[in-house]
Amino acid sequence: MKNSKFWFFTFVGPVLVTFIIVVIIPTLMGIYFSFTNWDGINHNPDWIGLSNYFAIFERGGDFLDSFVFTAKFAATTVVTINLIGFGLALLVTGKIKYSNAVRSVFFMPNLIGGLILGFVWQFIFTNVFSHVGGVLGLDFLQGWLATTATGFWGLVIVMTWQLSGYMMIIYIAALQNIPKSLIEAAEIDGATSWQKLTGITIPLVAPALTIGLFLTLSNSFKLFDQNLSLTGGGPFNSTEMLALNIFRTAFVFSQFGRAQAKAVVFLIVVAIITLTQIYFSKRKEVEM
Amino acid sequence: MGRKNNKRTILSVVAIILSAIFLSPLFIVLTNSFKTRKGIFLDVLSLPFGEFFNPINYVIAFERLNFLNAFKNSMLITVISVVVIIIFTSSAAWMLVRTKSKMSTFIFFMFAGAMLIPFQSVMLPLVRWMGILGFLNPRGLIFMYLGFGSSLSIILYHGFIKNIPKELEEAATIDGCNKFQVFWYIVFPLLKPITMTVAILNSMWIWNDFLLPQLVINRAEWHTIPLRMFFFFGQFAKEWDLGLAGLTISMIPIIVFYIFAQRYIVKGLMEGSIK
Repeated sequence: MKNSKFWFFTFVGPVLVTFIIVVIIPTLMGIYFSFTNWDGINHNPDWIGLSNYFAIFERGGDFLDSFVFTAKFAATTVVTINLIGFGLALLVTGKIKYSNAVRSVFFMPNLIGGLILGFVWQFIFTNVFSHVGGVLGLDFLQGWLATTATGFWGLVIVMTWQLSGYMMIIYIAALQNIPKSLIEAAEIDGATSWQKLTGITIPLVAPALTIGLFLTLSNSFKLFDQNLSLTGGGPFNSTEMLALNIFRTAFVFSQFGRAQAKAVVFLIVVAIITLTQIYFSKRKEVEM
Repeated sequence: MGRKNNKRTILSVVAIILSAIFLSPLFIVLTNSFKTRKGIFLDVLSLPFGEFFNPINYVIAFERLNFLNAFKNSMLITVISVVVIIIFTSSAAWMLVRTKSKMSTFIFFMFAGAMLIPFQSVMLPLVRWMGILGFLNPRGLIFMYLGFGSSLSIILYHGFIKNIPKELEEAATIDGCNKFQVFWYIVFPLLKPITMTVAILNSMWIWNDFLLPQLVINRAEWHTIPLRMFFFFGQFAKEWDLGLAGLTISMIPIIVFYIFAQRYIVKGLMEGSIK
């Protein structure tokens, strides 16, 4: 028995200790710091109770603005990414020519780092959009990223461009699991394409849909790199999402305690999203 | 039959047009990276021929980025972190599966539960705490990648190992192998498919990661590619001729990797999403 304990800790120990030092201790420290006036320099900040939490939820505060902006952004991208991803999956599984090459192209943006993609699209929005707008006389293509609305849609476009291919791959796998006999039976009964889609395909890919929806939701909520390199939160912090807001509260305004209170709220929101996903996925599995 | 063929042709054309739209941002960046700043300003959609052709952008960007150094840093940090993650999480997951105890179950659920924690909610105390431990350097960064990468990797290995019969291991033990030998010679080779997935998922994440190196690495000589790009853009804001050449250079490694390992990447990222 002693011997097996020795082996257990020899194998599990290194990664367990690393994990506790890197993840668990900072999480606990973070919860503690959210109740203090930590400024990032002083190593023994004072306990100030719930003051940070009251401060971040004050009316008209930057955190609530970020929260609303992030929620709107996430709600929008969940729709655009999954609609386009699902559409692409239907398209490339529809016996088209060059199917593999086309899939590779749709998936590729997903591999490039968010920071670099943000810079790529900054060029597209500020230089290419205005040029095309000038040539075609389309005013709405001018001045992108200079207003809150174009910053918002810019972020939505970048995120959709990046993640639709990933969702496409998830939906392709689900589509390929649909038994051919079902579709054929429906065809014999004279079902139209639309009836086949809504009556067979969509109900049968519903579990993948759950994964897709929540994966997009939590990815959008946690967005940082693209936000930083595309709009930098501008103009006037109006496109600053939660992660960037936390980062700036700490490193630009040196309000580490307050930033950490925001980070704890952020943790709770992201955890709720993920737990809801697990709940729905598990329930679906039982039904299947 | 004719109708079906028509439909197929139309769908193929739609797919090709959509691919062209998907690729156009990268294509425009590529063509403009070969132009002078004036050429970019005058007509962003023209191809880089004639008087505005200016490949020297690449030489300057390559030098100012100190790209070879950044590439070396990114490569070393990614490869070492991924190897460390594979070795420590595969062996730990094996032990967690094969040991039936409350402690073992508790430890597994702790790793799995940590998947709920977004990085931004621990980054501030992390930096302070790592500073105290003297870990604000590449070695510390690799250590942190093991910590943050352990949850997903252990979940993936755990799920895979559960379905491996243990008769082989028992036979090897009877033949006098100790646990290290059993793991390394018997178990680890069987894990190859899931090891590929773990390797792909972690390398994509670590290679592209910006925020953690930004917080941990404070010396220019240690900068990874995303970090170097960030400072490069801060310095040459609106000098798009250099900026675009720099962007193109920095995307080349990952695109080359994609061309050669596409099958594994797609499979790996998909399995990672479903867990």
